[in-house]
Amino acid sequence: MARIDVRKTYKLYIGGAFPRSESGHSYEVQDSKGKFVANAALASRKDVRDAVVAARKAFGGWSGRTAFNRGQILYRIAEVMEDRKPQFVQAIQQSEGGTAAAAGRQVDEAIDRLVWYAGWADKIAQVVGNANPVAGPFFNHSAPEPSGVIGVLAPQSSSLLGLVSVVAPVIVSGNTAVVVTSYSRPLPAVTFAEVLATSDVPGGVVNLLTGDAASLGPWLAAHMDVNAIDLVGLAGDTDATTALEVAAADNLKRVRRAPAAEPDWHDAPTLSTMTDFLETKTVWHPIGV
Amino acid sequence: MANDPNVFEYAPAPESRSIVDIKPSYGLFIDGEFVDGHGSAFKSINPATEETLAEIAEADDADVDKAVKAARKAFRTWSRMPGKERSKYLYRIARIIQERSRELAVLESIDNGKPIKESRDVDVPVVAAHFFYYAGWADKLEYAGLGPNPQPLGVAAQVIPWNFPLLMLAWKVAPALACGNTVVLKPAETTPLTALLFAEICQQADLPPGVVNIVTGAGATGQAVVSHPDVDKVAFTGSTDVGKAIARAIAGTDKKATLELGGKAANIVFDDAALDQAVEGIVSGIFFNQGHVCCAGSRLLLQESVADEVMAKLKRRMGTLRVGDPLDKNTDIGAINSAEQLARIRALAEIGEDEGAERWSPPCELPSAGFWFPPTVFTGVSQAHRIARDEIFGPVLSVLTFRTPSEAVEKANNTPYGLSAGVWTEKGSRILHMADQLRAGVVWANTFNKFDPASPFGGYKESGYGREGGRQGLSAYLKADTKAGA
Amino acid sequence: MPPTVSTEPNQGRNQGSSPGLSAYADVTASETSLRRFLHGLPGVDQVGAEARAAQLGTRSIKTTAKAHALDLAIRMVDLTTLEGQDTPGKVRALANKALRPDPSDPTCPSVAAVCVYGDMVGEVKSVVGDRVNVAAVATAFPSGRAAMDIKLADTRDAVEAGADEIDMVIDRGAFLAGHYLQVFEEIVAVREACQRPDGTHAHLKVIMETGELQTYDNVRRASWLSMLAGGDFIKTSTGKVQPAATLPVTLIMLEAVRDFREATGVQIGVKPAGGIRTAKDAIKYLVMVNEVAGTDWLTPDWFRFGASTLLNELLMQRTKLATGRYSGPDYFTLD
Repeated sequence: MARIDVRKTYKLYIGGAFPRSESGHSYEVQDSKGKFVANAALASRKDVRDAVVAARKAFGGWSGRTAFNRGQILYRIAEVMEDRKPQFVQAIQQSEGGTAAAAGRQVDEAIDRLVWYAGWADKIAQVVGNANPVAGPFFNHSAPEPSGVIGVLAPQSSSLLGLVSVVAPVIVSGNTAVVVTSYSRPLPAVTFAEVLATSDVPGGVVNLLTGDAASLGPWLAAHMDVNAIDLVGLAGDTDATTALEVAAADNLKRVRRAPAAEPDWHDAPTLSTMTDFLETKTVWHPIGV
Repeated sequence: MANDPNVFEYAPAPESRSIVDIKPSYGLFIDGEFVDGHGSAFKSINPATEETLAEIAEADDADVDKAVKAARKAFRTWSRMPGKERSKYLYRIARIIQERSRELAVLESIDNGKPIKESRDVDVPVVAAHFFYYAGWADKLEYAGLGPNPQPLGVAAQVIPWNFPLLMLAWKVAPALACGNTVVLKPAETTPLTALLFAEICQQADLPPGVVNIVTGAGATGQAVVSHPDVDKVAFTGSTDVGKAIARAIAGTDKKATLELGGKAANIVFDDAALDQAVEGIVSGIFFNQGHVCCAGSRLLLQESVADEVMAKLKRRMGTLRVGDPLDKNTDIGAINSAEQLARIRALAEIGEDEGAERWSPPCELPSAGFWFPPTVFTGVSQAHRIARDEIFGPVLSVLTFRTPSEAVEKANNTPYGLSAGVWTEKGSRILHMADQLRAGVVWANTFNKFDPASPFGGYKESGYGREGGRQGLSAYLKADTKAGA
Repeated sequence: MPPTVSTEPNQGRNQGSSPGLSAYADVTASETSLRRFLHGLPGVDQVGAEARAAQLGTRSIKTTAKAHALDLAIRMVDLTTLEGQDTPGKVRALANKALRPDPSDPTCPSVAAVCVYGDMVGEVKSVVGDRVNVAAVATAFPSGRAAMDIKLADTRDAVEAGADEIDMVIDRGAFLAGHYLQVFEEIVAVREACQRPDGTHAHLKVIMETGELQTYDNVRRASWLSMLAGGDFIKTSTGKVQPAATLPVTLIMLEAVRDFREATGVQIGVKPAGGIRTAKDAIKYLVMVNEVAGTDWLTPDWFRFGASTLLNELLMQRTKLATGRYSGPDYFTLD
């Protein structure tokens, strides 16, 4: 007789811990052919709430770290992913289907993208900040600072490369993130959570909620302690994203709008993936003796 | 000989009004011409005297549509014009502003109520500087940080407030034009005159018709401008409530937005500060421009150990502030811009008293006509008081105290706003620590209310998004070249 | 009528006799305590101080206020000649000018004092008598580089010759080396040398030579040190070093006398000297006195201009105001 599988129920990742959904709900995750793969926790609005609290709590410490240290930690994530490549390949195949080779290429690209962003940690301020030659005896200098807690609706299709492509640019500059992962393809995100938990990323910096962007998005968009939101996970659903933009206006969240369709994540990222979640702070000081 | 206390009751030193020629009525400036508006005309009054200055046309939806169409048509040529040619138009405008600076300053003071000292020494020179600064960018946009061959956005809808009418116009128009956009600008209904004079300056500079269009009116006109479907960019400076409404109105569109909104800046004085300069910074922080400044240092946070000393110095200094005729060169505090704003300031000041804060103003005689409010300070204010939370937008300072640097940071950041902050201390490492910790777009350390075209300005949180000024101000009017795939 | 220096409340003040001042006895008890006190004074931000001074300079003084201001400025002038080539004849001429700056206009007031080297005190006195004060520079002016007994003898000679006021220089070298107590004690000693047998004393102006002190922090410290040591006036400069008086330096000194009176109850005068050449400049100083220290200082008893050419500029402006036309230098006496 064939061995009976130990079926796993995947949990959320909030504040560095792996809780079940506060609601107690979970949902069945199927592979590309409709076959049962696993149960995933179905995040609720209260999980969103808890995740925002965790992200806010982590913000001071994470944004206060040196850029070098954040770069090191992002690079460390890439290292741990490299170690777990087979697991990611399997998770991608289970979620997206396709060949092992194709899944492997996606993992490679995701890792390379993390490495690319890791390097930005101590360079973005040099590229988008500057000394300002004002007409007076003043030192004047502008530098980017993280916006704060960022809500991210992760892409629905690209389960790992897409996820990494929206999370890394948010956290590399010192923001913390509350991420709603792909609803139907959450497994790579769950594995990613396990990687984060074992790669020096402080708890709360990235919070991953498996669940439905359409139902959680409004709570994130309306949350008054979230500073910005990336709507890419609802790409194509203009009515939904318009409603979220309207909700986001309540506290003037910075909004990274959803494109008409999910972007091709193989394209090289632009600086705006980072600068959309940065503030410019300008400091003046007199120059005298 | 006994000392003569009257020796410096400075005699009035009024700036001559004769340099400005205010017409009885003004139309809209569309496609290079002044045309009639189809809304109901309104009056612009001198807030220092309540005299009517001119009748101003109101743009209705059709007028706004005409303006947007003119801007769209002009965009085709303006955006394709080589940057070095656009740049020369901007230089021309800058030069004309300098040449007509006295006229602009006097007109600004008459229409707005701000002291001539400020319009003459701050507003107008910075306006000219702003055009000079962005003129130089027009042919260097590939260095703006958006990759090669960045593209203008299209037609920019720009709505500006009444507190710095011409300066806000410059902040909006100069970068937009430098980047190759065309604009439809709506000045505030209480202060349209310098914008209309600017329209004349555009004619004088032979700026192609339709590149700058100016439509006057109140909220409805503004709404028509920002919600017009053929507008690609919205730039707004004003209240946070209107900013939120604009953010909602453009939801689901491709319109980009820059919002410069309210503030409730903390001005933090440590006990080791250069106190005399700190007092000057406190005064310019809250009394500059009658406190009609979004980045005003309206919350003074004093370290307890030095609070009494600073308050004594501050009160003495406030006693030397001269409130009165905006055109008098010795006036420090001019008129409140409108009856409506005066009512709001009065209401909030009364709430301050009702909530138990202690109110103080130096003895000063206010003119009988016009809108006036004396420089006012409230002590005994806590974070829970409304005067510590609401933007008053008037010459009213709320004073709070703190004991430690971390308490100062907590109190300073304990607001939905995040536009600016001030820090006063002679300790270098503390300045840098505070500048790092304060969640605000501009931090003035050992100075306050300084502005420069090269210096990006804009807020965190509910103070809005986007930056104006500097290289950062360009990205609000440019997009990466999509054809290049950047 | 000369300034009423001898009747002011702190005239004849002995070190530590004022209840306000006695609180500072501990401060001046040792080098350490004095240093701690002076370095504990609030710092001065150069840019902010200069911006404030410039801002005060934009006050526009017109019509009646200007007429008052010009006469007041004339009454505040310490008409000065401090040259190696000074002769009794030259000094007598200057003394006459001090009495009647504009011989053609009897309403024109006299200046506050004539300021000369100690050996010329008698010459001046013989012309002005008690109608205008005589100020003598002393203590090895302008460098201050001499032995203490010589500085004191210099002072006593001038007082004995009838000087109403002594303008001493501090030892800037000692100050910059941080030997504050030494500077303090020198001022105390010179102040004692100003004492007359009848119990009154020649008014002591302490020249800090701010151009050599370099920073406004130093100006503030030197001001407090001079006031604590018993100076009746603090004075910017000898006129022999550039920069001499400036508006920002005077601003710092006016803040110091204002704060000192608040702390001790003792009022101290201020004298910018050197570099003030135009009537417009003089009026800027008066505006600053008015707005920083207050009207109590707007008299020749508490504010002076150390100047020579300024007087004719003031007279020309005064004539312009009275006649409505611009005047020329030929219409005013050279000395």
